[in-house]
Amino acid sequence: MSAEIGQFALILAFVLALVQSVVTMWGAHRRDDALMALGRMATLLQLFFVVIAFGAIAWGYATLDFSVELVARHSHTTQPLAYRLAATWGSHEGSMVLWILILALHGGALAVFGRPLRTTFLSRVLGIQGLLGAAFLGFSLFTSNPFLRLSPAPLEGTELNPLLQDPGLISHPPLLYLGYVGFSVAFAFALAALIEGRVDAAWARWVRPWVLFAWTSLTVGIALGSHWAYYELGWGGWWFWDPVENASLMPWLMGTALLHSALVLEKRGALISWTLLLSILTFSLSLIGTFLVRSGILNSVHAFAVDSARGAYVLAFCVLATGSALALYAWRAPAMRTGAVFGPISREAGITLNNLVLVVATATVFLGTFYPLLYPLISNGGTITVGPPFFNLIFLPLFAILLTLVGFGPLLHWKRDAVKAILVRLRWPLGLFVIALLVGTFAFGLGKTLAAFGIALGVWLIAAGGLLLVRRWGLGSKSAAANWSLVRTTPVAIWAVALAHTGLGVTCVGVTAMGGFEASKVLRMGPGDQVEFAGRTVILDSLGEVAGPNYQADRGVFRIVGGRGPRQLISERRFYPSSQSQTIEAAIGPSLVGNLYISVGERDQAGKAVIRMWNHPFVGWIWGGAILMALGGLISLSDRRLRLGAPQPSRKTVEAAA
Amino acid sequence: MRRLAFIVPVIVFLGIAAVLAVGLGRDPKILPSMLIGKPLPTFNLPDVRAGTGGRGLASADFHGKPGLINVFASWCVSCRIEHPFLMRLKAEGVSIHGLNWKDKGDAGARWLTRFGDPYDRVGYDPTGRTGINLGVTGAPETFVIDSKGVVRYRYVGPITPEVWATTLKPLLDKLEAEA
Repeated sequence: MSAEIGQFALILAFVLALVQSVVTMWGAHRRDDALMALGRMATLLQLFFVVIAFGAIAWGYATLDFSVELVARHSHTTQPLAYRLAATWGSHEGSMVLWILILALHGGALAVFGRPLRTTFLSRVLGIQGLLGAAFLGFSLFTSNPFLRLSPAPLEGTELNPLLQDPGLISHPPLLYLGYVGFSVAFAFALAALIEGRVDAAWARWVRPWVLFAWTSLTVGIALGSHWAYYELGWGGWWFWDPVENASLMPWLMGTALLHSALVLEKRGALISWTLLLSILTFSLSLIGTFLVRSGILNSVHAFAVDSARGAYVLAFCVLATGSALALYAWRAPAMRTGAVFGPISREAGITLNNLVLVVATATVFLGTFYPLLYPLISNGGTITVGPPFFNLIFLPLFAILLTLVGFGPLLHWKRDAVKAILVRLRWPLGLFVIALLVGTFAFGLGKTLAAFGIALGVWLIAAGGLLLVRRWGLGSKSAAANWSLVRTTPVAIWAVALAHTGLGVTCVGVTAMGGFEASKVLRMGPGDQVEFAGRTVILDSLGEVAGPNYQADRGVFRIVGGRGPRQLISERRFYPSSQSQTIEAAIGPSLVGNLYISVGERDQAGKAVIRMWNHPFVGWIWGGAILMALGGLISLSDRRLRLGAPQPSRKTVEAAA
Repeated sequence: MRRLAFIVPVIVFLGIAAVLAVGLGRDPKILPSMLIGKPLPTFNLPDVRAGTGGRGLASADFHGKPGLINVFASWCVSCRIEHPFLMRLKAEGVSIHGLNWKDKGDAGARWLTRFGDPYDRVGYDPTGRTGINLGVTGAPETFVIDSKGVVRYRYVGPITPEVWATTLKPLLDKLEAEA
């Protein structure tokens, strides 16, 4: 029964989404309050039915209803409940409904909390959200229905891909989707502003928290995905330049640019049409990411079932959404008022430059990802792919420029600044940068200058982030009491930017250390064997078989002596009989300055196994930095000014104007 | 003029969309080449193998009789798959010239020492400049050149026994007869 209820709810939601978009748009055009109120009601009702549809899928998994094809394909009686529920979004069809659910939640939140906005503006935003919702609901209904029945129902299902049976999977896709879909709000805001022909500081103030929320979710989502790949794929890579990873990186880069340009728009009233363009493009990139994953157009480990009908649908939708948005932009944006002017050396100019670098970086990733399509290169046997060398070649210099800029940014004055004054202001971080570079070059040797430079950039960013707080608190220039009162009154915005930029520095140190100083060793070991590795002694205590709930495993138990006292690490090679697949659970000894990473290979007749071990210096900093960045985003979200929304003109200014 | 700048994004996007649409329905096996029917671009490359001074590969080598250029690189996985078949062809007496494409230092030479050397002459093209002139899009790739130095065919991907028997060998025999 639940599948039929879900199916019916999905159809109703589709119809309601269409109603929502037509009624709100028409109502806004006619300035008819009753129609616009009806539109908001439709938005909430659509959300209600999408929740029911999503719940129906989850219910099918929870009760192991194998007569539903989707459930039969992705769950198994031995699969733990948590992973059965996570399987709700572990398949193409289910993840589409999750996407729709998040979109509907955003629409609902706008309908409820967006009341302080101008009614016509809110209606237009909801209208665009409704169109997006209808498109995705249609996609789900017409090309990837999650509620198809199987008759006769099988007694046992085929398991969810064991690689995906992991805590990382439970949270990774929802966070990514929160990011992707969150940018739809900026998209809808931009289109509504283009339709109405006006953008002001209040617009930016309204759009910023949504962008911040989306960006923060995406940051955590990408970090989780990368961490998942690190511990689950069994050899400690953390980023592969895979098309699907790139699909999440592109909106992140563009979203970062949007976040900063919206700030300029809010504070200084500049970069108006640029911010609108970024809003459109960021969401378009999210759509293209969806297209990439679901069309099978590019090979990827992440790709869902290949189906060119689905690909054609999503592509048509991408083209319609982005194409018409950009056409609207071309038509309406030139008539918008131009923004305030600023000097070539100012915070606005710094952010503009940062935007340019980020857009170029996005374009690079785009080109690299789609290169195999632009020049149809695929040969009979092997495929020619654009690999890490391309991305590293372009990305390293681009990011060196970007990271250098990021240190300066928040310490520049708005409107106009002077080079000499900036250098004096930043003398401490600059000094630390030079010292780190010299010490690094000396310690690592000339051959590792690039690594020293990367570490120095990280130091520069962390120091520049710290300097923001030091300056705010007046450390060294004011009394302790004054310092303390300044610490307590530090605006949320300063905490946020200091954290986010410091986080970027931390990530930079991690990435550089991994790139420059990773070490590995491969050898055959039997129980009792020991080896010296990376300043520690690794002893293989035992090697044997164990049984898990739905898998069998070869388990290696290692004892590590040295470093920070003895400890035990366990690595497993798991075999899942029902899906006939294998995963490697690496043994990871984490610490602040690096991880020891061991993965156990297949056992031979002599009872020995090939053991691979890696020393990953500072690898945890990569994700630690991302978490700091996300924390910065969260703190910024808690800013009261954003929650209050558009500023009301105070009595004083009204009087003054009068 | 200002208005024009705002139209650029939509035009660029439509271009990208067109490419994606083509990509969706494309047949990955069809590969056109600019050079078919045109003379080989001029090049004169040193040999990648040590102790073979003065024996590199030049466009002038392709005169008088038809020849094959096989583009390979030590970093190319498909080349490794193709390699045993090239060794077999060599054993059968087929002359193949190699173009060691975008390899660093002596990586190509070491690769040949390790797995065996199926080539007659090997040009060393570390910058990929000659590869660009030839229109190489990736390795492995094989070009068939006739006795007048004109490019007649380009094959992308590893040569399989089937491709050799049905395409490359008949073409070579035909060119041999023409010459």
